[in-house]
Amino acid sequence: MPPADDRSLWRRVGAAGWLTERALRSADGDVMLETLAHRSSLGGALERLRGRSVLIATRDQLPAALALIELDGVARRLVLATPDLPAEHLAYVTETAEIEAVVTDGPLPEVVTSRVSTTVMGTTVLEAPRARSVGSEWILLTSGTTGPPKMVVHTLASLTDPITPGGPVGAPAVWSTFYDIRRYGGLQIFLRAMVGGGSLVLSSATEATGDFLTRAGGSGVTHISGTPSHWRRALMSPSARAIGPRYVRLSGEIADQAVLDRLRDGYPHASLGHAFASTEAGVAFEVDDGRAGFPAARIGQPGSVELTIVDDSLRIRSGRTATRYLGAGAPPLRDADGFVDTGDMVERRGDRYYFVGRRDGIINVGGLKVHPEEVEAVINAHPRVRVSVVRTRRSPITGALVVADVMPSEEADAAGAAATTLELEVLQRCRESLARHKVPAAITVVPSLAMTAGGKLVRARA
Amino acid sequence: MSVKQAVLSQFQLVAKEQKKRLAPLSDDLVLLDSGLDSLCVAIVVARLEDALGVDPFGTAADGDFPVTVGDFVKLYEDAAR
Repeated sequence: MPPADDRSLWRRVGAAGWLTERALRSADGDVMLETLAHRSSLGGALERLRGRSVLIATRDQLPAALALIELDGVARRLVLATPDLPAEHLAYVTETAEIEAVVTDGPLPEVVTSRVSTTVMGTTVLEAPRARSVGSEWILLTSGTTGPPKMVVHTLASLTDPITPGGPVGAPAVWSTFYDIRRYGGLQIFLRAMVGGGSLVLSSATEATGDFLTRAGGSGVTHISGTPSHWRRALMSPSARAIGPRYVRLSGEIADQAVLDRLRDGYPHASLGHAFASTEAGVAFEVDDGRAGFPAARIGQPGSVELTIVDDSLRIRSGRTATRYLGAGAPPLRDADGFVDTGDMVERRGDRYYFVGRRDGIINVGGLKVHPEEVEAVINAHPRVRVSVVRTRRSPITGALVVADVMPSEEADAAGAAATTLELEVLQRCRESLARHKVPAAITVVPSLAMTAGGKLVRARA
Repeated sequence: MSVKQAVLSQFQLVAKEQKKRLAPLSDDLVLLDSGLDSLCVAIVVARLEDALGVDPFGTAADGDFPVTVGDFVKLYEDAAR
């Protein structure tokens, strides 16, 4: 049996034990992991998918989770479509990843079906999973600066490297996450549950926070993760007390001291950790001392994950980073020394480093990315606007909000009632053409905006 | 305008702007059931910081996050004191 066999996800799920007691639990029903030993979720198509490049584009998380377990080590390439991937980008993804088959639980746009020969509906029929043969590439999608998503190449080994085998415990852990498992942060939790011998309670996009917490609590959740924004929302729910986890984890956004303190008070029996991770860089570190930021001593420390700071931006080298971006003409993912530049800016205060924002100015509103340029383009299209700068404003609820400074074309518009009118008109324009989280929460009309010597607008860092 | 009035009027304003249907506001209404989502609450908190000069969420504090409208108002009343 080739070595890849033993390292496949299904083998590792089985090797972790407790199969008859472990489950994937969703809002619509549960699948006991043990049933996968007898029957496939892929409708008899497993053999046809061997060695193929497979797109997993499902509406629900559960069929995606099952497909990942069954297809790792079988398919040549697994591409995990994010839930909000626009149809027009599916064509690009299909083309770039040379997709040959699609696993789906609903209708697919014609741009995809015209390119592939095999479409698998996630229905359950009897079929035993066969021997595994290849090391599969796992392709995760992350939003690009403009246009189509970036396609990030991982392997099961790079994705599971941060997972340390847990010691023997009395019963399997029950993991849950507010995240969708088709994003890096959620996928980490899925894999932790699967290779670490646990169950997983999946979230659902259509389920209210309180209902999810109640369901997770009812399933006896022991380990649960989410972004600081997820957690702030959870703590505002009367159902926050429906769970009594042993481990509470934050990732995906900057964890501030306020949310850490409140989680410590809300779940006094849980150990509390915040992780820094990104799709490209993998999990860089986990901080478990309950304090925001991370110890400065971590920089330059030798070990399996090396951190360095170049021009205030954090760079990471480890076996957990992705290897490359997929696609012709894609930029290199690592620098010449093998470090991934995260673009996350850090600042040292005392013995700790703190994250202070993104070098590229991307604003993270409750986990949703906003490119300032996209918002500025909408504002600048207003005939009475000369130029605008879109900035981030810290929010204790969503981490950040979008705000804009607008410089009018005519001086007369820069103050008084004319300025107020302009603010309202610009806001109206933004509401008409941008997603809600991209619409500035505040617009300020200013007489001038600072320029650099090179004539570029000065973008203040977060 | 009292702190309570300032808070409640922001709830109404932001709900209208964001085209959210606001439940009748009462002290024991659960915030997550008010019709305002996280983005709405974030905007309310930012506007109140500008209007009242306090950000009771952002400052490290003991105690729980507010669950009801009454808790939320009280948080601002205490902070504005």
